[in-house]
Parts: sequence; structure tokens; C-alpha cells
Amino acid sequence: MSVAVEAHGLGKCYRQRWALSDCSLTVPTGHVVGLVGPNGAGKTTLLQLAVGLLAPSSGTIEVFGRPPGDDAEILGRVGFVAQDTPNYSSLSVADHLTLGAHLNPRWDGDVARHRIEKIGLEPSQHAGRLSGGERAQLALTMALAKRPDLLILDEPVASLDPLARREFLQTLMEDVAAHDLGVILSSHLVADIERVCDYLIVLVDSRVQLSGDVDELLASHHRLVGPRDPGAPFPASQEVIDASHTERQTTLIVRSHGPVVDSAWMIEPTSLEDLVLAYMARGSMSHGAARASESGAET
Amino acid sequence: MIEFYLDTKSGVAPYLQLVQQVRRAIKLGIISEGDQLPTIKEVVGTVAINPNTVAKAYRELEHEGLVAARIGIGTFVIKTLNDPSIAEHDRLRVGLESWLAEARAAGLDEESIEALFRERFRASSPIEAR
Repeated sequence: MSVAVEAHGLGKCYRQRWALSDCSLTVPTGHVVGLVGPNGAGKTTLLQLAVGLLAPSSGTIEVFGRPPGDDAEILGRVGFVAQDTPNYSSLSVADHLTLGAHLNPRWDGDVARHRIEKIGLEPSQHAGRLSGGERAQLALTMALAKRPDLLILDEPVASLDPLARREFLQTLMEDVAAHDLGVILSSHLVADIERVCDYLIVLVDSRVQLSGDVDELLASHHRLVGPRDPGAPFPASQEVIDASHTERQTTLIVRSHGPVVDSAWMIEPTSLEDLVLAYMARGSMSHGAARASESGAET
Repeated sequence: MIEFYLDTKSGVAPYLQLVQQVRRAIKLGIISEGDQLPTIKEVVGTVAINPNTVAKAYRELEHEGLVAARIGIGTFVIKTLNDPSIAEHDRLRVGLESWLAEARAAGLDEESIEALFRERFRASSPIEAR
């Protein structure tokens, strides 16, 4: 397994506040990775560290085995679209494509023109006059036309309408299929992540709560529903991730390392959404006190 | 040519949904021996899903001996599933319809009917591997 991104004890401190601390993770190449977590978990900070826009305050991060942003070669291999999908407001759409062609050694002009046409952007229009959705589409087009090996997208579809969102994900997946493009995208839209991601990272309060191949994660997690307090302890091979109770019923999300056979419980598969929510709840419970005083602003 | 879709609320793994759709299409004679499945790029371009999901589904179908990949050309159906039980469908459908009518007449709403069916279906099904 070759590694796209690897972090050890990674941290970033803004004045007094640690936006990310002691974060360790490994992202294999050739995957579409979904990065999920509550607001303020450090997702944006992590992504900006991965592209070299921020320098770590502690620990290390490497992209394709090298420090991100180290030289032109590594910059050419990594594409990035920030959350606010920035453009040059005084430049036209066509100027953006010209700029992209000059700045990126692997620029694919046909892809860029084709996508601009498909989205219906007027090449002569100034970026400053585009709507939020159009600006996002322009930024995403630039990132795809750059032909990176790894594309990092911070909430890429947040400002798109459902149709534009689906169209963008179709294009992105075609590129993944055709060019072996790896993607890391952060999103709150678990339904989208379920469609396009084959690798999941749940980040809560800087810490990686869960990370792995989506199919393996779904196969190893189950939802157990049964009468409250059945008296018997769970088999040792099961780790309870989340438990909720009514007066009579207990619902558990468990991670098991073997087949679950227990007649006292009704055993059902979990959806990815259940899984994400269970780990987010668990993560915020164990660290909740520490960040209760901080606002949810993501940096 | 078969067109895939994804039901994200079904709880069935996406790759398995694709496998089931191909199997069903072969069983119902919508596609048969010699027909080509859409390429991975075509599938992801329409369904907006991960290419690995499609590859995994095609590998599974290959493993089952239903399709074969020809390198550089595509994936083709190599087996026709003559499901002998398909002749029984009409008869069973009639039975099911009369049961449904009976259930409605007894005052069950849609949700109760579905719950009852699922509960019995699950209880009487042979235990699945996953």
C-alpha cells in the first residue's frame, strides 16, 4: 500500500488555541477519502496543512512521502479547492483558464473549456460577478484541469444546488476512474460520502476516531436492538461504540471482530450515517468538556 | 444495455446493489449472454459512485461466473440464468395479491403490512453469511 498522506502527532496552534493537536493518520493512495466531523474538529486545518498552506506547529505531515508545498513538483501533483472557492474577482473566466495553463505544467485545456461550456459559464464574464455556485464550479474546474494526482477539496459541494452537485460528483468520479486520481474531500453530506467515498476518516476534536475502508467498516459494525439490560455481558469480541436506551429497549452500535450471533439481540447492518453519528457522538463525549468553552468556528 | 441506480437508504452495500441489479437483469432476460455491461467510467459518470465500487461489483460477478472481462474491450455477460422458478412467479403473485387484499380488509395499513411481511420474511429466511 503506498501512502498519499501521512501525519504523526500533527498540531497547529493559533495564538493560544490549538485548532488541531496530536493528529496521526495514514491515507493510502488511489482512494476517494471522505473526511467528516463536527464543526471545529480541525478538518479545514488538517487539509490546509496537507497542501502546505499552513505549517505545522508540532508533528509532521507528508504528501507522497515529502513535506507538502516543498517544491514545484509536489505542488503540481496536489490540487486544492478551499471552502470559500476563491477566484480572482477582477479576472474573467477565460483569464482564469489562461492563468491555469501558465501556472500548471500538466494543465488540460480541453477539460477546462469543455467543463466551462457544460456548466454554462460565459468566458468573458468577470469572476467577481459570478454567483456562489458558479464560483465554486469555476474553482473546481481549475482544480480538475490541473490534472493532479491528489485532489483535496474542502466542502466542495456545499454551495452547489442538488443538480450541480450530482453533476460535479459524476465528473469527479469519471476523473478518478480515468486518471487514477486520489481525492480527499471534507463534507457534512454523508449521503454524498456514501456514494463516492471508499475510505472514511471521522475526525472529532483533532483526533481520528475512525479511519478505514468503507466496506470493511460497514462489515464490522452492527446495530443491535434488544430489551433493556438483558443481564448478559457482551461477548469480548464486541466493542460498544454507541448505546441509546428507552425504558424497555437498548440500541447499540457495536464493532465486532467476528460474526455476531446472539439470540437476545436483533442484529442489523448499520448505514454509513449511523456509523458516522455514533463515532461523532463518542468523540464529542470523551473530549466535549475540553472544548465546551470554544465556539464552533472552523479555521 | 443496463442502467444502474443506487438506493442509498436501503442499507445494502452499494457494490452489492450493483451485483443484484445485474443478476436480476440476467434472470429477467433484460441482458443475456454476449451483452456488454457499461464500462466503469460510464457507470460512475451516470450514477456518481466510486469506481472501486463498480470494479468490486464486476469482480464479484466474475467470481460467480456470470460475466467475464475482456481486457481493453469491456465486461460481458457469459451466462444466461434460466431461472426455472420464474414460471411460478405469476401464480405466487396472485397468492400474494389475495393475501394483501385480505390484510387490507382486516384493517392493516401499509406500514403494518410491510412490517408484518418483513418480520416473517426475516424469521423464515435461511441465515445469511453477512
